[in-house]
Amino acid sequence: MTKQYMDYLDQLEAEAIYILREVAGQFEKPALLFSGGKDSITLVRLAEKAFRPGKFPFPLVHIDTGHNFPETITFRDQLVEKIGEKLIVGYVQDSIDEGKVVEQTGKNASRNALQTVTLLDTILKNKFDACIGGARRDEEKARAKERIFSIRDEFGQWDPKRQRPELWNIFNGKIQKGENVRVFPISNWTELDVWNYIKRENIDLPSVYFSHEREVIIRNNQLMAAAECLNMDEEDTIYKKKVRFRTVGDMSCTAAIESDAYLLDDIIEEIRTSKISERGARLDDKVSEAAMEDRKKGGYF
Amino acid sequence: MDILKFLTAGSVDDGKSTLIGRLLYDSESILADQLEALQASNRKNDDGTIDLAILTDGLKAEREQGITIDVAYKYFQTDKRKFIIADTPGHIQYTRNMVTGASTADLAIILVDARNGVVEQTIRHSFLVSLLELPHVVVCLNKMDMVNYDEDVYEKIKADYKDMAKKLNLHEITFIPVSALKGDNIVNKSENMPWYDGKSLLDHLETVEVTEDETSDHARMPVQWVVRPQTEELPDYRGYSGRVLSGAFRVNDPITVLPSGFSSSITKIEMFDKEPHAAVKGMSVTLHLKDNIDISRGDMLVNSNYQPHISQLIESDLCWMDTRALDTSVPYLVQQNSKVTKCKIQEILYKVNINTLEQVDADKFQLNDIGRIIIKTAEPLAFDLFQENNANGGAILIDSRTNLTVGALMFRANAE
Repeated sequence: MTKQYMDYLDQLEAEAIYILREVAGQFEKPALLFSGGKDSITLVRLAEKAFRPGKFPFPLVHIDTGHNFPETITFRDQLVEKIGEKLIVGYVQDSIDEGKVVEQTGKNASRNALQTVTLLDTILKNKFDACIGGARRDEEKARAKERIFSIRDEFGQWDPKRQRPELWNIFNGKIQKGENVRVFPISNWTELDVWNYIKRENIDLPSVYFSHEREVIIRNNQLMAAAECLNMDEEDTIYKKKVRFRTVGDMSCTAAIESDAYLLDDIIEEIRTSKISERGARLDDKVSEAAMEDRKKGGYF
Repeated sequence: MDILKFLTAGSVDDGKSTLIGRLLYDSESILADQLEALQASNRKNDDGTIDLAILTDGLKAEREQGITIDVAYKYFQTDKRKFIIADTPGHIQYTRNMVTGASTADLAIILVDARNGVVEQTIRHSFLVSLLELPHVVVCLNKMDMVNYDEDVYEKIKADYKDMAKKLNLHEITFIPVSALKGDNIVNKSENMPWYDGKSLLDHLETVEVTEDETSDHARMPVQWVVRPQTEELPDYRGYSGRVLSGAFRVNDPITVLPSGFSSSITKIEMFDKEPHAAVKGMSVTLHLKDNIDISRGDMLVNSNYQPHISQLIESDLCWMDTRALDTSVPYLVQQNSKVTKCKIQEILYKVNINTLEQVDADKFQLNDIGRIIIKTAEPLAFDLFQENNANGGAILIDSRTNLTVGALMFRANAE
């Protein structure tokens, strides 16, 4: 450990850059899964550090549920233009139109589960052999067990009982045809680490992360953006509140928190003292204790 | 602030998960909704208190069986340090998972049940920690509450452990009597053991020195990626990207490329928008050399005055990690950092009975077997001995039939 020359953010950064370069060196057709959230935006900065002045050896891939915050999509397009890299978008709407998935109905309908099908389709169509993602081990119990190079079978499934041993910093990316690897360069970062890094590196984020006034409704004791995709009816009361989003997924499954934090320092302080963990604002994990493990086995990020 | 990575070894019966849960709980690293999920769960201790072990058992099968199967990584932070815990299984059938967790740790916590003392499992875990050359060991004598916080019990186990450890190459051993269940000596010093004058576990973890000579001249960097934009603005740019494994590179240092043996010198060190004068162990950098020579992924850049071994015949420790036994008649792949080449296990020297530490003759390696072999590689490897420089002394074996990682190698001697 290099304490004299590197602080903990330097160490995490150097590890992530190392992992990104391993992906570039070991795979024929990698991709960087970009959601427009802070973790994947951080990955883009790390990729710049890993490969500049060269181009990224992979495109950005966004799986668009069609229910994204409009601010996220605008931000995504501006970022892509600024860094001059390629973006591939897979639309959940296309999977619905092609009859590959059926849209859920009712008040708790979400396209979150459907995007797995679109993701696997996009991987297949583009023949991606490795997909870089911004998942972190501190987010959830099943993720805490996942390797940095996580092998998925032909169906995109994660088998927690058959994980390859991962020794030192040696990553075995050898796969059979049809398999692919999910790679998580910021596995060892916590939510707070990501925010501290964003601050240190002066990284731009979509505006929904910062306090703003928004129309919201209350669903399952959580504040949700009052958006069409939530299938609102007369029972839903619309409130105007000062909120921000701690995690930015799709509008149907990402809850807001009431907050006045509109500066990075405020957000960092808010998280430091926060009593609700990050994924607590994600309804998709609350279904059962094993919700994330089950979704990962099915091919989810 | 820096990072301390540590692993916890022990079985569920030793209260390992409870110990981690206690560290997180008492250092206030558990957040409200996790606590809520914890309280909602129907697993409780006999006295009705929350079962802290649930915090670390992440997989369904683990919760069902009440055991740890795979390594779970946990994160917490105090004012002094950021911690990464590798919570590893203690059962012998999951030895390979413990080796995985240990390979990236600076410190190991070995749990001993104060009622049972040093048992077979203690020996096995200690052996694995010494095999992987972890610089620090903390022996936690847990369940002191069950032996009336008796000092004699502590002293007896300490003496037994030290006696056993003579057969091992452990670098630094610290003993701490604790009760994970009750919280004694985990975060706060226990009032139940006034005879113990050492630090609490957290205090020790916060203050233990994790120093390495990061500026040694034994500079090593495997090339991961060559940056060649070939654009109009940068027609001749050629940078070699990688992470410094050990030592320090400085501008103007003489460099040798291995295995080819070409030499040159460093003209520039780049880190995105910075150009530091030196690149030390752990840094991900891009190096520029004075001469245009053929260098690609898998090559290693080293300081010309301090070169590693170059050999195709290496004596190595092997931990076998596959359910299919080692077959000395088929070629495997060896991956040492960015370098991959074919290899064969030329000879099995011995196997270690990891419960008694005896060396035994063997002609087979099965899942979780550990011993000494001689490996022959198709192309020469540039390596250091694991005990001298573990960043450049370890490698993995891959079965090219299945692509699985089947073995961990720790190079012990050049056999050429």
